[in-house]
Amino acid sequence: MAQHLTRKPYVREVPRLRWFFRHPRYLRYMARELSCLFIGAYTLLLVVGLKRLAEGPDAFAAFVDALGSPVGVVFHLLALGFSVYHSVTWFNLTPKALPVQIGDGFLPDRLIAGAHYAGWALVSLVVLWLAGVF
Amino acid sequence: MALSNKPIVWGPFAAGGTLTAFLTPVLIVLTLLAGLGHAPDLLAYEALRAFASHGVVQLGIVGVIFLSLWSAAHRLRITCYDFGIRADTVVATLVYAVAIAGTVAAAVYLWRLPAP
Repeated sequence: MAQHLTRKPYVREVPRLRWFFRHPRYLRYMARELSCLFIGAYTLLLVVGLKRLAEGPDAFAAFVDALGSPVGVVFHLLALGFSVYHSVTWFNLTPKALPVQIGDGFLPDRLIAGAHYAGWALVSLVVLWLAGVF
Repeated sequence: MALSNKPIVWGPFAAGGTLTAFLTPVLIVLTLLAGLGHAPDLLAYEALRAFASHGVVQLGIVGVIFLSLWSAAHRLRITCYDFGIRADTVVATLVYAVAIAGTVAAAVYLWRLPAP
């Protein structure tokens, strides 16, 4: 549109691949967005696990062994870091996504995010308990 | 009012983003423990096979896998745009297709679980 109004529109040059190094805020944004690679890859790994489970005890044992290989452990640690970062950024946004109005005011942001963190802790403990970790 | 297909792709993204925020870290801890030789009881072959053979559990597993893959796919699509890849239709088709293929594969493997 702007190019119809002026003969020399100002086009701000943005490097395609390096723009997010310009500001820490962009870098944090990119770290959050790249968490999808690890969450997606981890979910596909779970699908492979289901395949190995369907193939029988030996295939499943080999799969579990591979999880403990150096590559497996490094991948798990990276995926854990990125997925926790996803959780933190997601829960910190909940007060913006789900504002709760009470009368003229709004429930404080900390309370809404805090409730989500508490829910996260509870879900994690229940899953660990159901899986028989303790 | 203009019709848009945005809610259809965005809805599962939001649901999946919330689900993975609550669930993915603890799942990673579980499989990491198993890999390191401290497999929780549920991740022993026979226990997991029996658990994953229940109809309700299977629905849950397929649901979790679909929402996780879809939200990751949607975010990857947006990230590709941020990296300057403007062929959005190609990218969208590709990432959503992988998400759907992964979900179908999970359902098929659950279907093939051996009986005790």
